[in-house]
Amino acid sequence: MTMRDVFLGRLYAALKEGEKVFVVTDDFGAPTLDKIRTEFKDRFVNVGIAEQNAVNVATGLALEGFTAYAYGIAGFMTMRCYEQIRTNLSMAAELRPLNVNIVGVGAGFSYDVSGPSHHCLEDITLMRLLPNMEVLSPSDWVMASRFAERSLRVNKPKYIRLDSKPVQQIYPEDMKVALDDGFHELEQGAGTCVVATGFMTQVARRALAQTNAPIGLVDLFSFAPLNEAKLLTVLSRYQRVVTVEEGFIHRGGLDALIVGLLARGGKMIPVRALGVDDRFIYDVGNRPLLHKLAGMDEESILKAVAAPAA
Amino acid sequence: MSNESNGTADAALLGRLKEKAAWVWRETLKIHGVAPETRVASSLSPVEILTTLYYGGVLRFDPRNPQWEGRDRFIASKGHGCVSIYPILADVGFIAREELGGVCKAGSRLGGIPDMNIPGIETTNGSLGHGLGVACGMALALKQKRSDAFVYVIVGDGELSEGSVWEAVMFAGQQGLNNLVLIADFNGIAMLDYCRNIIGLDPLDRKLREFQWDAVTVDGHDIAAVHQALTNCRRAGTTRPQAIVARTVKGRGVPQLENNSLCHVKSLNPEQIAAAIANQP
Repeated sequence: MTMRDVFLGRLYAALKEGEKVFVVTDDFGAPTLDKIRTEFKDRFVNVGIAEQNAVNVATGLALEGFTAYAYGIAGFMTMRCYEQIRTNLSMAAELRPLNVNIVGVGAGFSYDVSGPSHHCLEDITLMRLLPNMEVLSPSDWVMASRFAERSLRVNKPKYIRLDSKPVQQIYPEDMKVALDDGFHELEQGAGTCVVATGFMTQVARRALAQTNAPIGLVDLFSFAPLNEAKLLTVLSRYQRVVTVEEGFIHRGGLDALIVGLLARGGKMIPVRALGVDDRFIYDVGNRPLLHKLAGMDEESILKAVAAPAA
Repeated sequence: MSNESNGTADAALLGRLKEKAAWVWRETLKIHGVAPETRVASSLSPVEILTTLYYGGVLRFDPRNPQWEGRDRFIASKGHGCVSIYPILADVGFIAREELGGVCKAGSRLGGIPDMNIPGIETTNGSLGHGLGVACGMALALKQKRSDAFVYVIVGDGELSEGSVWEAVMFAGQQGLNNLVLIADFNGIAMLDYCRNIIGLDPLDRKLREFQWDAVTVDGHDIAAVHQALTNCRRAGTTRPQAIVARTVKGRGVPQLENNSLCHVKSLNPEQIAAAIANQP
């Protein structure tokens, strides 16, 4: 199942239940969105390929009490309109609650063969920089569904980054996950712990299934909210951490979060960051190839957890 | 609620509006004396527009309940040039009159640019080009709520270079947001030069009409013309968003500022302010 159809399916149900939901898109679709735009013409608006206006219109709707969704491609819904998100969502939410959900499809290398313009490697860093924003990065469709539910209930601006491709299920549907914790330790290990987010949790999980070593795996599904004290306690049980993200490393993404957290907590545990290091990738190829080129494929993860800290 | 009922402006109302505008003009200069950081030239061009909105029976508002659901929404998108709204907010009761003496001072909520921390101000302004898009969302929401409230937005002509304004212009026309009123304070000067030397948009009304708006051009300092244009926006039977291109003079009434292409960044010293007030046109 795709994260986006599960997410939009929940919005469709909310619209059916009569909730004050409004969906704005920058001319970007999905099968479930077709149902929404056909059946709820008055709660759906296509602003055209105009992300700045999508965020501004969603802001106006939310200021009037609607739960608004600005739905589009992740890289464009975060970067083309970053200043709109900063001023009208992050800054406004300092004074007044407003529920605008930036729903970005195509996190990381989701749009692999579309090339570097569609690779979204900056969104985590940019969005976690902004005060008052929730930054949610589900690793499977179950978590995407939980975040759809959360988006209806938590009256704050949010960025929700979704994968564009069908993803495997990680979390059982009936499993209780504390969303405010921001993470879940999928595998308890000893020695080395992998911390991954989004699609890379899927890749890391597949990689670690190939080794008998007791490697821990933390799925960091929310950059905000995040229970940093609890995460520090979990990571303190390990001697090494390897972070894996479809994003630029050494810049302010997942790796920076973990390094800062450990440093502030006085835990001098070495951290190895896997991700894209200071380059754009023009090579054409599928996601595994791009991961290999960036040194973050299954083999690279296995090497990183086996090797001493760099 | 607003101080005057809606309807045809009689001579008495126009007389009161002129007096009030003259007072707002003086107060704007006095605020500039307190806070030299304020953009005085840009704040003098919309004085008659703001005065007519608040005192001419145009805007519906309730200072005791700034978030009153039935209010009209007013967005000061040209944030830098809307310091002249402060005396109005104080006079009608959104804020205390004493606050005008503290503009830009520590502890005041009145900064150099109006923001949503101030009762009666809907959005945080200063970054240009956002107001019309946010107003479109509000107008869409008000239609959904079956509200008869209107959304008014004032933008500067320098601000019209922002692409996001035109995204919103096209959207509002396409959606037929007939509860939305755009007022362009068309003073002809941006920060560094005359707009015609940067991005010339004259005639703006024609361009807006091409994008499915109803648009008129008026003398933005002619209270009767401004009042008639604003009142006309609420007439029955409109199917399009409404625009008023108000031709104004940046720094109006102050010889050091008027027709000076760099007046946006000019400050007046206390003597110049006193002289300007003494010689108010």
